[in-house]
Amino acid sequence: MKLAKVQELLDAKIHAGAELVGQLEVKDAFGSDLMSDVLAFVQEQGMLLTGLRNSQVVRTAEMMDMQVVVFVRGKEPDEEMVSVAEERNIVLMSTEMTMFTSCGILYKNGLGTDGKAGESLV
Amino acid sequence: MSNGMKFRYPVDGNDFTRAGEISSKVKKQLKQLGLPPEVIRRVAIIMYEAEINMVIHANGGTIDVEITPEQIRLVFSDTGPGIPDIEKAMQEGFSTASHEVRELGFGAGMGLPNMKKNSDEMKIDTRIGVGTIMDLIVKI
Ligand SMILES: Nc1ncnc2c1ncn2[C@@H]1O[C@H](COP(=O)(O)OP(=O)(O)O)[C@@H](O)[C@H]1O
Ligand SMILES: [Mg+2]
Repeated sequence: MKLAKVQELLDAKIHAGAELVGQLEVKDAFGSDLMSDVLAFVQEQGMLLTGLRNSQVVRTAEMMDMQVVVFVRGKEPDEEMVSVAEERNIVLMSTEMTMFTSCGILYKNGLGTDGKAGESLV
Repeated sequence: MSNGMKFRYPVDGNDFTRAGEISSKVKKQLKQLGLPPEVIRRVAIIMYEAEINMVIHANGGTIDVEITPEQIRLVFSDTGPGIPDIEKAMQEGFSTASHEVRELGFGAGMGLPNMKKNSDEMKIDTRIGVGTIMDLIVKI
């Protein structure tokens, strides 16, 4: 899914990496407020959705080669986080939507479903 | 073996915001050396979890990185409180982290098991009231 599409679906604000939004694509995402779980469970997911707001979120994304962080529930990154993200070419977005709604919308539109959106995956 | 590159980095124990900067630096360096992405990923996870641990549990310390053609050795030394029961500490979900640390997204008790999972060897030498040395090897 194109990042521009993610932004549109989540009605998201861009805080860092604006120039990358038109270029990057993600196939899958991971949602968590626990950074140790991100470090333990993420494999190829290129996007992190989180309700946590501190500089370690951006660091964690960097460590796991995730190119995009979406802050949910109206959390917005501070200056320090934005500058680290800009330096590392990581896109930061924020949405007013909750974690559940954000993930649900992205999933329904095909993210992380290998193109099988709408089919019963259970 | 001993003709590798060696680097030493101090870890500031008082600055959670900056925790991970050393991991970030080393990760960049390994990329420049052209090491396999899988190796870089494993080293990054180990370093970052250990660096965070040094800040949240041990008030900082030192990280030694030694790179040879065969392996990367990572040694984390601190003068923190030590670990009373290593076996327990190695279990997934075991954590003595404070509520404050948990609110920062850590303290889920996944760090040490994940460091073990991503290394080929892991040794812990700890003494109560003296400190902890963790010595890990990632084969290339
Ligand atoms: N460097 C250290 N010094 C003292 N205790 C430590 C250190 N690293 C880990 N520990 C202890 O081991 C426990 C488990 O560590 P870890 O698996 O990283 O989980 P977490 O950091 O989330 O608590 C910690 O809660 C702490 O009690
Ligand atoms: Mg830890």
